[in-house]
Amino acid sequence: MPRPKRIRRMTNPPHFKGFRPIGLPEEDHPVLLNYEEYESIRLSDFEFHGQLEAAQLMGVSRPTFARIYESARRKIAQALVLGKAIVFEGGKVYFDSEWYLCNSCGCYFNHPAKEEEIKNCALCGSEEIEQYNNDSEPKTSEDTCICPQCGLEKTHTPGIPCKKEVCVQCNCQMIRKGSPHNYRKRNNNCKI
Amino acid sequence: MKVAITSTGNSPESKLDSRFGRCSYFVVYDTESQSTEFIPNPNKENVEGAGPAAVQLVASRAVKKVISGEFGAKVKSIFDSLQIQLVVLNDTEKKISEVIDLLNHKN
Repeated sequence: MPRPKRIRRMTNPPHFKGFRPIGLPEEDHPVLLNYEEYESIRLSDFEFHGQLEAAQLMGVSRPTFARIYESARRKIAQALVLGKAIVFEGGKVYFDSEWYLCNSCGCYFNHPAKEEEIKNCALCGSEEIEQYNNDSEPKTSEDTCICPQCGLEKTHTPGIPCKKEVCVQCNCQMIRKGSPHNYRKRNNNCKI
Repeated sequence: MKVAITSTGNSPESKLDSRFGRCSYFVVYDTESQSTEFIPNPNKENVEGAGPAAVQLVASRAVKKVISGEFGAKVKSIFDSLQIQLVVLNDTEKKISEVIDLLNHKN
């Protein structure tokens, strides 16, 4: 059984249901664009985030983001070329509202009505607010290989997968630091 | 607009409760009529589901904003779908009357 999909975070769902081509009779088989695919297009091509950044915003890995984005582009291309309608539907997402921090009274507040721009603090009315991002600090673990046995870290060499690296101390297969497989300590390559 | 504030007691001098689902009292404050209403939290001792039950209680009063010290994981998504604004105030030493004063600066 495959691993269940990680649930994706989404900040701005579209406020309409889809698109229809002009001048064609309505068709029965529209292209179903998942919400996560919509979000990937929005993050990459509308807000111009890099893939790594966008992946972190959605709470998925960089390769997974690339797969979602590719699937989104293919679906949109299909709709454009074949003149199909696009309907936003489905996807494994949860909606997260944006949080703000008030520097005047020190409170955090969110903003459920996304259409309106926010200018004042919800509590004290001060204008000294800033957007608050939970994972604002970039992941430093992104480019480090770690040995699951002894914890030895090594700077990742681009192009060489971490699992091809061997720990110099305990002869263990290394893994990418911060990867969810971190807990997997049993390893056939380990001589201990 | 109505605002709900979680409170440790039933007077304006009591302090803000840091928890949402298991707070002692909810204060429903109406910014237009300046009236306050203290509602004891019936779900305080619940083993499970105190948060969602509390959401139902405040949503039934047509509250548009909720002020508390912390919100649980179950509660956030319900408030999001109800379009109710959450305000997290980490300063739990604040009295209810002070929070209401802060709110009034806006108007």
